[in-house]
Amino acid sequence: MPNSKRRRLISRSAAASLAVALGATALAACGSSDSDSKTESGPVSLTYWTWTPGMDKVVDLWNKGQGKKDQITVTVKKQASGDSLVTKILTAHKAKKAPDLVQAEYQALPTLVSNDALADISKDVGDAKSKFASGVWQQTTLGTDAVYAVPQDIGPMMFYYRQDLFKKYGLTVPTTWEQFAETARALKKKAPDKDLTTFSANDSGLFAGLAQQAGAKWWTTSGDKWKVAINDAATKKVADFWGGLVKEGAVDNQPMYTPAWNKALNTGKQIAWVSAVWAPGTLTTAAPDTKGKWAMAPLPQWSAGDNVTGSWGGSSTAVTTDSAHQAAAAKFAAWLNTDGTALQALAKDSGIYPAATNAQTSGAFATPPAYFSNQSDFYTKAAAIAKTTAPSAWGPNVNVAYTTFNDAFGAAAKNKSDFTAALDKMQDATVADLKKQGFEVSE
Amino acid sequence: MTTARRKPYGVKGAPYAFLLPATVLFALFFALPIGYAVYLSFRKVHVSGLGLGSGARKEVWAGLENYTDALTDNELVDGALRVLGYGLIVVPVMLGLALLFALMLDSDKVRLAPVTRLAIFMPYAIPGVVAALLWGFLYLPDVSPFYYVLEKLHLPQPNLLDGGPLYLALSNIAVWGGTGFNMIVIYTSLQAIPAEVYEAAKLDGATPLQTALKIKIPMVAPSLVLTFFFSIIATLQVFSEPTTLHPLTNSVVTTWSPLMKVYQDAFRKGDIYQAAAEAAIIALATLVLSFGFLRAANRRQKQEAAR
Repeated sequence: MPNSKRRRLISRSAAASLAVALGATALAACGSSDSDSKTESGPVSLTYWTWTPGMDKVVDLWNKGQGKKDQITVTVKKQASGDSLVTKILTAHKAKKAPDLVQAEYQALPTLVSNDALADISKDVGDAKSKFASGVWQQTTLGTDAVYAVPQDIGPMMFYYRQDLFKKYGLTVPTTWEQFAETARALKKKAPDKDLTTFSANDSGLFAGLAQQAGAKWWTTSGDKWKVAINDAATKKVADFWGGLVKEGAVDNQPMYTPAWNKALNTGKQIAWVSAVWAPGTLTTAAPDTKGKWAMAPLPQWSAGDNVTGSWGGSSTAVTTDSAHQAAAAKFAAWLNTDGTALQALAKDSGIYPAATNAQTSGAFATPPAYFSNQSDFYTKAAAIAKTTAPSAWGPNVNVAYTTFNDAFGAAAKNKSDFTAALDKMQDATVADLKKQGFEVSE
Repeated sequence: MTTARRKPYGVKGAPYAFLLPATVLFALFFALPIGYAVYLSFRKVHVSGLGLGSGARKEVWAGLENYTDALTDNELVDGALRVLGYGLIVVPVMLGLALLFALMLDSDKVRLAPVTRLAIFMPYAIPGVVAALLWGFLYLPDVSPFYYVLEKLHLPQPNLLDGGPLYLALSNIAVWGGTGFNMIVIYTSLQAIPAEVYEAAKLDGATPLQTALKIKIPMVAPSLVLTFFFSIIATLQVFSEPTTLHPLTNSVVTTWSPLMKVYQDAFRKGDIYQAAAEAAIIALATLVLSFGFLRAANRRQKQEAAR
């Protein structure tokens, strides 16, 4: 049987390659954790996980100035942004090896705190509280007496539009959402192949910010129980509004941040964007040809005369429970986000919009961003808008709500179906996850 | 020769000594992580109260809860069905093309064989994520040159990133990337067929088509089995293509394939226990399917050899 030897060889090599493939998966699943927190007295050295570009330059200022005096040296370790860093921090924390300092988005703070990864630094941050708007600061306390982080940057939401095209089509800048819908319809009538904007389901932060503006409070606590109100009246209003616009075809339903989206912005196929203060950076890369043609206005309001906005993005600096030098780390976190020179450097080298109120109009923010050179009061306006940010309410499983949003609203936008059903799905998934983890949930 | 007479020292232990490095590596980097993953799949977290502050979160035994959750979860089952549909397109098309190309390259009449072979193989060298991005651009109507041409010719422009065509779009990426590799495997075993077999066929008056159907294909059957086996595993583990296309369209959900669901649960929802249980189920299904196929194929070959 000449074939049998060959056959055995084949099945063996196949088995071997299967083993290799599985082994590779297992290895990849191992993840990585590195930390070098030292426990000696005297000079202290701290590790800082952050995704902010140019942070090493800002930290250099500390290491050569204040840090040298206090014998506290900080080392930056550049990380991937957002959700993946939360996972990495939690993994490292499991091994009790999380770095001393981490960057964390506001909505991730409850998740990190509920995993006991963040230290209470209320005693070590001095009078930092006075430097921030109360709505911003409140996000770092989770409504308790503790302080789990120092705010770094914020993302107050605004309305961006093509000034020239609004003029061309005879549109006025909407100040209410009702007008926003009318504007979208008016544009469709005048130029059927154009869209005012798109409803994108691939960034949950946008929808969360819009709900926040409408007054939604997704996670609240009463006693020892969490209450989830993702499908509350305020959020339903927002979902219905966008669902209606998508259904009647007044706005597009394709996701943002795709090559097609970039092109739509760059060629004027989409002429407005509901975004946040960081939009100039995104527009610079997405729509380079339309530089100087855009303008920024406050977000449309739910009732005329209101003056409130939501936030999309923003992050803070937190100290971990694994740090052997929590007081020193907190001192650095406070310096980084409240000291004048540090904030100047953060604006210049990292391009962030500071959470500290006095830094929002000084230094780098005295002049408008290059992309908006036509709007000289860009940052004055932005600072005024930032003050109107509605309070937010984050819970311990924002990640679950966010991922469910992606799929449920993605499908609803695609099928132009009921957005309220998608919202209920988000609510149910979030409550089910809390219950599965053992949280007490009040109905 | 003195060496021949000398009593071999510790010869009994020698095989074990040689085996030791492999065994240690296997245990450390293969058995241990898998064992740990299986252990995790029977655990879960339990939070008390609001879950804020220290000591509020404990890891406890979950029994089979993660497994029952995974098996009753529509998303995982839906993902498996989607991958089944995808596999039904990918595997036959890819292997059919690979066999066809291999036979064509093996025929005497083909010119520029080395160049053609390389050209067909080349896409395999392109990383999956890059290939998916590349094709993603071509599938997006607003930036794709194909759609530009279709528009100029006033032809219908199908939406490739939705519904049924989405399966074709995803399969196309896999076929484009995988055909070359499978072709090389089949082609190599075609080259190993001794020349006298062909001579005998020629003397018997076999046409090239008959030679291909009656001699070449049966003789490369073991390679076909192997490539089929690899393809099943690759299909069950499809991850990077749909993950890369996900941000481009509302139609590719974050749990499109079972492996994406595992990733989703582990790294976006932070539930490694649930993810471990799902991974264990997928690994088991892969083993059963691929080895089941291999056994079936072997049995058939044995029967044929016995005849």
